[in-house]
Parts: sequence; C-alpha cells; structure tokens
Amino acid sequence: MWSANESATVNAMNMTPSGPTVGTVNALELHGLHKHFGRVHAVNGIDLTVAPGEIVAFLGPNGAGKTTTIDMMLGLSTPTSGEVQVFGFKPIDAVSRGLVAAVMQTGGLLRDLTVGETVQLTSTLFVDTRPVTEVLQRAGIADIADRRVDKCSGGQQQRLRFAMALLSDPALLVLDEPTTGMDVEGRRDFWSAIRQDTERGRTVMFATHYLEEADAYADRIVLIREGQVVADGTAAEIKELSAGRVVRATLPGADHASLLALPGVDGVEIRGDTVLIRAAESDSVARYLLTQTQARDLEITARNLEDAFIALTGRDAKETAKPMESAR
Amino acid sequence: MSTQPVTMPDLNRRVPPLGGFNLTFVRLEVRRMLRNRRTAIFTLIMPVVFYFAFGYSQRNTTVGSANAATYIMVNLATYGAMVATMAGAAMVSVERAQGWSRQLRLTPLRPVAYMATKVLTAMTLGAMSVFVQFVVGAATGNKLALDKWILCGLAAWLCAFVFAAMGLFVGYLMPSENAMQVMGPILALLALLGGLFVPLSVWGHTFREIARWTPAYGVGEIARSPLRAEHFDWASIPNILIWGVVFAIGAAVLFRRDTKRV
Repeated sequence: MWSANESATVNAMNMTPSGPTVGTVNALELHGLHKHFGRVHAVNGIDLTVAPGEIVAFLGPNGAGKTTTIDMMLGLSTPTSGEVQVFGFKPIDAVSRGLVAAVMQTGGLLRDLTVGETVQLTSTLFVDTRPVTEVLQRAGIADIADRRVDKCSGGQQQRLRFAMALLSDPALLVLDEPTTGMDVEGRRDFWSAIRQDTERGRTVMFATHYLEEADAYADRIVLIREGQVVADGTAAEIKELSAGRVVRATLPGADHASLLALPGVDGVEIRGDTVLIRAAESDSVARYLLTQTQARDLEITARNLEDAFIALTGRDAKETAKPMESAR
Repeated sequence: MSTQPVTMPDLNRRVPPLGGFNLTFVRLEVRRMLRNRRTAIFTLIMPVVFYFAFGYSQRNTTVGSANAATYIMVNLATYGAMVATMAGAAMVSVERAQGWSRQLRLTPLRPVAYMATKVLTAMTLGAMSVFVQFVVGAATGNKLALDKWILCGLAAWLCAFVFAAMGLFVGYLMPSENAMQVMGPILALLALLGGLFVPLSVWGHTFREIARWTPAYGVGEIARSPLRAEHFDWASIPNILIWGVVFAIGAAVLFRRDTKRV
C-alpha cells in the first residue's frame, strides 16, 4: 500500500492569479473577512482578490459560508470584521452605480407582475440601463414577456432574475447557484450567454453545487470550507491538489525509496513490475521516469474535480489520503 | 485563466438621485395595486357600497347642522382613505415575505427611497379612494360649497397618513403574505371605534371616552370639521399627532433593524 508522505498538503494554497495590466483596480477584494452569527463563525477569515475579466467559481459544501460571503460582497450584510471592495467601491456604492449585479437564490419576485413588467420596473431604478427587450432576449425569455411571474417555472424565474441582473450592464456579476431549476438545455444557453459577456470583459463570480459547471466554465476555482478558503486555483490545479495525479509505469526493479524521495511525490506503490506514483507534480515524475530510468508504458491519470471537491471540503479533509483505485 | 488583455470596465457611472426614488416607479406601483382585485374592491368600491347602503337613504335627515348623507359620505371617504393607505403601506409586509425587498437591495434603490415609494403609493391610493367617494357623493345630490369639498377631502386624505405610517409599522413588524387579511378587520374595528360607521353618541360614556383616543376618531373628526355639524373635539388634533408620531417612530425603528439584517 501507500507509504509515507500521506498527508498531501491541501491547506493554505494560494495561487495568486496572474493579474491584468498594472494600474487597474481589482474587481473584487476581500480582506480578512469574518462574519459571526452569535457563536457560529460562518465566515472565518477570507482573503480573496479577483481581477477584472476572471470567471471564478465559488465552491463549497452547504454551510461553508458561500452565501454569507456573497451577501457581504453585495452589501446585503455587513462583515463582523474585515473589508470588501468591489472595483474599489464599498459594495453598496458599487450596487448604486450598477457595477455589480447578482442573481440570488433568495431574491424574491412579485408574483402579480408579468416578466416584462418586472424588468421594466427594475429598470426605472437605475440611471443607465440596457433596453428591456435586449435583456429579455439575452436571458432567453423574450417570448414570455407577457407571462405572469407566478405562471413561470423555476428555471424561467431564474432567467428573469438573470435578465434583471443584466439591466445595468454590470462589470461584476455575482451568481448564487444560478442554474438551479434549469434543464440541461437552459443551463447550456445560460452559460453561453455568460461567456459572451465575459469575452467583453465582464467579471463573473458564481457559487455552484454543480462541479461540472465549475470545471467547465470557471477560469479559477475557490474552494471554501468552514468559512475559509481551502484551495484556490484553476480546475486542473485543484484536481492536482486533492490527490494529485497518478503516474503509472512499468519499471522492473523499481527502488521504492528513491522514487518516494522525488519532489512532489506523495506516495509510491510497487506491484510486481508496475509502479504507481501519486504526485502533485506528475510532469516532473514522468520526466524523471522516462529520462532517468527504464520505465515504459507510462500513463498519467487525473482525478476529476468531484474527487478534489470531496477531498478538500469533506469532513475528514485534513486526512486526504484517499485509497487509490487499483490500477489493475 | 484568461490570458488575453482584459478591457477595464468603465467605472465612472452615475448614482441615481434621491436614492433611486422616481415617479415612474410610483406609477407602476399604483397600477399594480389597483390591478389586484381585492385591493381595488376594498379601497374604491366598498366605501361607495357602504354609502349607498347606509348614507344615501339619510339624505333627508340631518346630523347637527349638516346633511346626514353628506356626513356619512365624509366618514366613509375617511374610512376608504384609511383602508387605501394601509393597503399601500402594508405591501411592505407582503414584499418582505416574498423576498422582493431583498431583490430590490441589489438595485440602486435605497431602503429609505423604497419606504418613500410605499408611502407615496399609499397616499395616492388614499387620494383615489376619497376622490371616488366624493364624485359619487356629488353625483347623488350632496350639496357642499366647493371649499368644503376640498377641505373635507384634503383632511380625510392627509390625516390618513396616520394609517400609512401604521401600515409601514405593521409591514416591518411582520413579514406576511396576507397582512391585509389581518389588518382589514382591525381597520373596520378602528372605524367603528372612531365613529365612522355609527356616531359615538350611541355608545355609553366610558366607551366613548376610550374611543376618543383611537386613531380613526381623530382622522374622522378632523375630516368632518369643515361641515361644522357638531362641536369640534380639539382632542382629535393631539390624537392624530400622537398616533402619527408613534407609528412613524415604530416604523423607523423596525425599518432600521430590518435594513441592518436584511
């Protein structure tokens, strides 16, 4: 079985994203953010910087503090301590300027208005807005503009919230579980609309339970657990973090100790002529095997994001040594 | 991670004046209120129906020096204004329950501007209710000098602010989908205590003394005062001032608590 180095380091990873041009202001800055509800520390010291144009997924199990953090980003609640800045503004001032908009799970809609009226009413509250018909179209609900909100499905209501969020042409769009209630096709349309906008420089931060969404649509994934950031990086980096990749090769007479001593190796298993090396830096292990040893039939397999998610956010996350599936 | 250069969004954007308060929003709110059949019936139609049921038949009798039908018409206009302003302001309760007020927090509309919108919507509905009652009253033969129409109408309408404040207070006190189902009967009771349905003289002394300090009494007394039907009870002035201030402060305190917590 695996020997030694089982404690794969997962905590306190902080890969700062390559920021945009110097001299620009960050889309989002969270500094030492805490939120306590009585004795419950819902958010327990989050530091986060998001550069303009990034698409960031905010991942974490229920109760990890995602929604509480998002509430503070939008000025819906005030931090117990710490600071939030959205494009250099206090959240409430960013909201007033239409710089940040959000699709929230909890945002209620008036049931006695039609879809079109809801957007029209909301548009009166901003100084500059996109035309009502345009946002309805972008959200894919132009055809149901005359439908009363209480006659809309959950997915349609979610698109309506999305249309409302597009009104101010926000520079930062915050989405809390945005595709809840949407069918597969709706979800795909939704994300393609989001993608189009991010190409024009919009920053997007979304919380989701759909790991495949985070994997497919985010440039960067921030994992939080118990109110703290436990990992931050690209989907590939996150996957690597949990259990790393597994490098499998045929290598007769492999030397267990020297393989384990390689940098970035978390575990080594030798089964006859086959060697299985679990490593955070699989590339360098592969390079070593192919150049310094007689290894052949080399294979590198990645963990999927779901494994990483469970490993990093699960209750036993501190002992992430997961039994590896047999390569046989 | 995107590596292409990102165009910096334009951060130089304007904040709406008055915290987002605007008359288009008020107009849409009023239209929405009136589209609700229940609200339209209770604020515009019921008082008129009451007038035909209890007031019109009294057109040949008098209360003090005033025509009884006119006296009842003013009372019912006051009642209509009460219900209308309460219905408008108590929408805060419904909208908090539905999560709409939270949704609005994602717009430039400041909570104070939201409250102002609700008050103005409520007062607009109140004005409509009084107007409808008076138009029906005038059309069915009530004779009043123009200045008395105007003074009675303004008094009934403006004093109903007490009930707009009460509506806000209730609205921030309890988020409820059916605030008006609760408040409707309470308003009817207050109208009865306030002498809007039956003159207080029919009650015993103790009851009358208590009734004099209920809010609808003050509003009704002031609204009727231009008719000079009876001796004016000066206690009605501190009455509405005290109730108005109590409800406004109560609403303000709850409002502050609400916006802190969301």
